[in-house]
Amino acid sequence: MATHPELAQDRNVSAAPAISSSSDSPLWSGLWAIFAKEVRTELRTRELLVTTAVFALTVVFMFSFSFDPTSEESRHIGPGLLWIAFLFAGTLMLEPAFLREQTNDTLAALRLAPIAPSAILLGKTLANFLFLLITEVILVPVFVVFYNVSVANVLPGLALVCLLGTLGIVIPGTIFSAVTAHARMREMLLPLLLLPVLTPILIAATEATASLLSDPPEWPGMALKLLAGADIIFLTAAYFLFDSMLEE
Amino acid sequence: MSSSRTIWLVVTLIAALWMAAAGYAIFFIAPDEATMHAIQRIFYMHVASAWTAGAAFFFVALAGLLYLIKRDPRYDWAGVAGAETALAFTTVVLVTGPIWAKPIWGIWWTWDPRLTSTFVLWLMYIAYLLIRTLVDDKQRRATLCAVYGIFAFVDVPIVFMTIRWWRGQHPSPVIAGAQPGSGLDPTMKAVLFFTWGATLALFAVLLRARYRLEAIRGLTEELRQQAEDRSPALDLEGRTSAPPQVVGRR
Repeated sequence: MATHPELAQDRNVSAAPAISSSSDSPLWSGLWAIFAKEVRTELRTRELLVTTAVFALTVVFMFSFSFDPTSEESRHIGPGLLWIAFLFAGTLMLEPAFLREQTNDTLAALRLAPIAPSAILLGKTLANFLFLLITEVILVPVFVVFYNVSVANVLPGLALVCLLGTLGIVIPGTIFSAVTAHARMREMLLPLLLLPVLTPILIAATEATASLLSDPPEWPGMALKLLAGADIIFLTAAYFLFDSMLEE
Repeated sequence: MSSSRTIWLVVTLIAALWMAAAGYAIFFIAPDEATMHAIQRIFYMHVASAWTAGAAFFFVALAGLLYLIKRDPRYDWAGVAGAETALAFTTVVLVTGPIWAKPIWGIWWTWDPRLTSTFVLWLMYIAYLLIRTLVDDKQRRATLCAVYGIFAFVDVPIVFMTIRWWRGQHPSPVIAGAQPGSGLDPTMKAVLFFTWGATLALFAVLLRARYRLEAIRGLTEELRQQAEDRSPALDLEGRTSAPPQVVGRR
């Protein structure tokens, strides 16, 4: 059986830049190579983005039946369900991040490449970050229309909350996706592991979004600080765990 | 071997006696609380279990960290022993809490920082133990558990901080960080620390028993693997399905 052209190409793009520029900063070039590979693979199939966006859309749509979405109440409940939709979408999306590498055991090839294991995980984290952000960019306007809220004045604040919240979801998410790739029932295991860990992100992001959407809008300083703090702690823990996680 | 066994028998006996003595101290030595009366006596077991669960939680994270550094299965066994014991103590905390809360607060449960973070902690321990049944490869299982144990340990303070700025309903600290004017009666304090000692002794005994079980399990698994590698595979009736020439030579 001949090597699939797409796979061969992927392997080339992930390995080649790392070798050529390993003298200056192997972590960053490796990270960038993995990130570029992930984005390229996704752009070829678009499976992950389409599925996740449709799923998140369905969740937001289904939620509208549990209460009257046009009432004043939606201001209070809306932010919470928006973030629950993001969280579910994130867990769904993160699950195949490493599963993809299993089909042809390409993870072994990645590990053989002269890049640090942390570069593989950080590159994948960055790619997942981008994918989840794209999903959010699609979802927020739909949410605004469905739930009759106005975000025009608070767009920069909302963008900041989304950036910090998404980072908080994908850092532990990518790690757990990597370590659960070989588990039985991993589709069910990942949400079980991930959702309790993401409690602070859900709470802080929901609170921040709620204060931004309240009338008049309030700047969610405390919630943003908590989000940023959680991100920094997750990233630090992740960075120290990365290298020991992929070696077996 | 036998001497360490004797030592552990003695430790187990001490733990059992200590627990019984703590029970006596809680009901007969500790003074009656001014407003809550007898209901307050659940406090000793509740707080002592919570502190012990905290120690166990730290133990799990430490075992995980040591496993990732040294890659020695013994740290994985210690981790699972710690997690299971911690789950038991956390369950005690979550059960005794509502029993006290219903008559005092009028409700079983409230989404206060401490209660919520304890609940999240409890969920994480259950997830930790679930991992062990769902990952077959020993090393992968150990790595996943180690990573999860550390992440859970890092996460719970954040959960607590995140919920804290909604005002909590849980009673304020009476030992560390107590407000001036509030505080614990010296006898109550003594009973509390005595009970804590008893739960810690119980924790040590449970931890050791669970560790031994896990170690025996790990060694059995290894032995079975070795036996399988050496002998030809058996079919359902116990006949070997070895290649024909081997049978012919016999």
